[in-house]
Amino acid sequence: MTAVATAPDAGVGAARRAAHRSPTFAGTWTLVRFLARLDRVRLALWVVGVALLVLSSAVSIDELYPTQADLTAAAEPLYDNAAVIALQGPTYAIDTLGGNIVFNLGGFGYVVMGLMGMFLVGRHTRGDEEQGRTELLRATIVGRNAPVTAALVVTSAALAALGVLITLSMLSLDLPVTGSISYGVAMAAFGVFFAAVTAVTAQVSEHNRASYGIAGAALGASFVVRAVGDVSGGTLSWLSPMGWAQSMKPYAGERWWPLLLLVGATIGLVAAAYALIGRRDLGSGLVAPRPGRATATPGLTRPGGLALRLHRAPIISWSVGLALTGIAYGSLGEDVDDIIGDNEEMAEIITQAGGEITDSYFASSLLMLAVIAGGFAISSSLRMRSEETAGRAEPLLASHLSRTAWMASHMTVAALGSLAIVAAAGIGMGATYGIIVADANEVVRLTAAALGFTPALWVLVGLVTALFGLVPRASAAAWGVLAWCGIVGFLGELLDLPQWARDLSPFEHVPRMPVDGVDWLPLGVLTIVAAGLALAGLAGFRRRDAGY
Amino acid sequence: MSTAISVSGLVKTFGHVRALDGLDLEVATGEVHGFLGPNGSGKSTTIRVLLGLLRHDAGEVSLLGSDPWHDAVDLHRRLAYVPGEVNLWPNLSGGEVIDLLGTLRGGLDRRRRDDLLERFDLDPRKKARTYSKGNKQKVALVAALASDVELLLLDEPTSGLDPLMEAVFQETVREITQDGRTVLLSSHILAEVEALSDRVSIIRLGRTVESGTLAELRHLTRTSISVETVDTPTGLDALAGVHDLVVDDHRATFDVDTTDLDAAVSHLSTLGIRSLVSQPPTLEELFLRHYGDELSELESVPLEASAGTDGHAQESR
Repeated sequence: MTAVATAPDAGVGAARRAAHRSPTFAGTWTLVRFLARLDRVRLALWVVGVALLVLSSAVSIDELYPTQADLTAAAEPLYDNAAVIALQGPTYAIDTLGGNIVFNLGGFGYVVMGLMGMFLVGRHTRGDEEQGRTELLRATIVGRNAPVTAALVVTSAALAALGVLITLSMLSLDLPVTGSISYGVAMAAFGVFFAAVTAVTAQVSEHNRASYGIAGAALGASFVVRAVGDVSGGTLSWLSPMGWAQSMKPYAGERWWPLLLLVGATIGLVAAAYALIGRRDLGSGLVAPRPGRATATPGLTRPGGLALRLHRAPIISWSVGLALTGIAYGSLGEDVDDIIGDNEEMAEIITQAGGEITDSYFASSLLMLAVIAGGFAISSSLRMRSEETAGRAEPLLASHLSRTAWMASHMTVAALGSLAIVAAAGIGMGATYGIIVADANEVVRLTAAALGFTPALWVLVGLVTALFGLVPRASAAAWGVLAWCGIVGFLGELLDLPQWARDLSPFEHVPRMPVDGVDWLPLGVLTIVAAGLALAGLAGFRRRDAGY
Repeated sequence: MSTAISVSGLVKTFGHVRALDGLDLEVATGEVHGFLGPNGSGKSTTIRVLLGLLRHDAGEVSLLGSDPWHDAVDLHRRLAYVPGEVNLWPNLSGGEVIDLLGTLRGGLDRRRRDDLLERFDLDPRKKARTYSKGNKQKVALVAALASDVELLLLDEPTSGLDPLMEAVFQETVREITQDGRTVLLSSHILAEVEALSDRVSIIRLGRTVESGTLAELRHLTRTSISVETVDTPTGLDALAGVHDLVVDDHRATFDVDTTDLDAAVSHLSTLGIRSLVSQPPTLEELFLRHYGDELSELESVPLEASAGTDGHAQESR
């Protein structure tokens, strides 16, 4: 607030000047400064956190492959490896240090940028609108386009700063200047694109969760379309914004014109957001809400019925999203086979090795899908916290419903929902691969492999429960743990993380199915850990003040 | 006398729900206009249309001479708004929110801000997440009342305030209207509207059912009479405008239409009045009669209306 409070005249002046140009943008600069002040810690954490991730990955790769010979040797098996290409991206100049770093950060790095753009914009567009804070602002000298513009400006500035830090990280390894700039620009531009996507989805739905759901689905789709495209020759990748960013080819003969695609699409999206804002009422989405039931069904009033109802829509949408991703990845299984099949010198071990490499591809893909499903495990468990802080838990806890029963209903639905979602991913993957290789057993085999991650997801549910019961204000820290699981899962080898640090991720303890067989011991231990965390949380919640 | 707010035939629908159905509202410059109606009658929807936050589907709306949707920003420079349900940024302090809103309204009278903080007994250093409903309301009120604006749109501004704070609120509203400011005060707290308002509009199911000064509206109301007479009170039931007559020996109690009061009192005087207590009509009665009568006729309809109007914005939270 200091920025606003100590310089009110400047703020008003800016607001007036903006109002003079176009009243729908009035107050934008005041809001920009306000948001920057409000989110200063959050913005700094994102920028510094992601920059450190990029820098540490780059440094590890530099140490891992000290000579050109090492780089060439490391690159050799990757060119034809459809499995890795589907997860990381095209193999541009991966025999150079810069190209290898870009390849290894790959799609994961772009997803992080996209999520950063999405969360920073969503929070101050539909998030504030849903909470009624935008109404307070819009009743002042704040034009209807100002809140979304301010959120986009602040988010883009943060992404630009991050882009600069990424470029500097690369330059610190004495990498070529043009490539380093190209990579920083590609990453930042991709983040800004998803900031703009979120600016549109925030207009479509009345609820921020749904807005994130649509934007997240778009991010997932851009990843999957690119994965399929990169494996099958590259044409399809041009339908994906992530494909555009990757086709800027940092360190591999930089191309700048794909940046125009990203920038053009971003401008188009922002214009669409403005157009939608001009046509809708504050607080509403594009679709008028349907009337609900006049009376509760027996299912709603049963124990756990409310929790099931509250989590129903997310469970369905996450299941569909992960099933579709599973379908896309399952369809690539055969490409992995083909590449092995082409290698005639290895004819003797084709069948066996082909099977193993395909399974290894499935194991990596399932790990990725399971970490994404971790997003559901955490967000659905955090529902307890948002119900509490919004005051909706209070009337329920003031009824004859016990704290334990209330909490157990949310935990159970979150745990069973996690199981359903990871199963959907396995079924999707098994179904397409099963059809391709004409073997129905693949459905069972890959679904079982996917279900192996369930205890790890339960640990995340247990973790949120424990945080909620014992240190409620730190509940959201569970997202940090999931981020760590993602880093360990995707960059763990690369960063050469010590084993104890990797062991912090529950996903590390899940046997690599379908490569390895079922190992019940770690799965049992994970389940016990999850139960222990849940019990600690239950005990904590019974002892603490409710509502704070 | 110029007009601050002029609304005629205003229609606003949310999907299939007709929240405002031909609403009329005239507010003259410099007056405190009471805007009364039961929950879900369309008060908040009307105010949001006036703020340019909602687009109306039909009818004419003019606010300070301009169109609230197209000239929203210019108009917001000249008005302040207090929502019925105040939501603040949880990690900003009350003082920070007041300054932010003040800045965004084009400036704040610092002396007045500090004075109001003291009178409303509000600690500006507390974080918004720790404020109770009443204290959040005070934050919005101080920000609005300390702004240098022509018009205040107050949507049930005292919900959550204790009686002491309600008195402070009434006092401050009286002060600001002395400078010729206009106030639209939506409420279902009749005593408050009666204490502050020059004129009143009563709406129901998105339509204006009554509008006028309190004196004018009282013509529609009844005075309660309780009388003791020398002679047995007879013939009262034959008089026009007398209702609910109860005669008990030499005592009689009845309600009489304010327009027929003169005739009733003349008749009583012929009987020899020993004691007479008359109670002036209150807005309360007017209100109850309006809704009392119509509620019995249209029992199920208000429920539907309440689902779509005031309830609309709250549902989406």
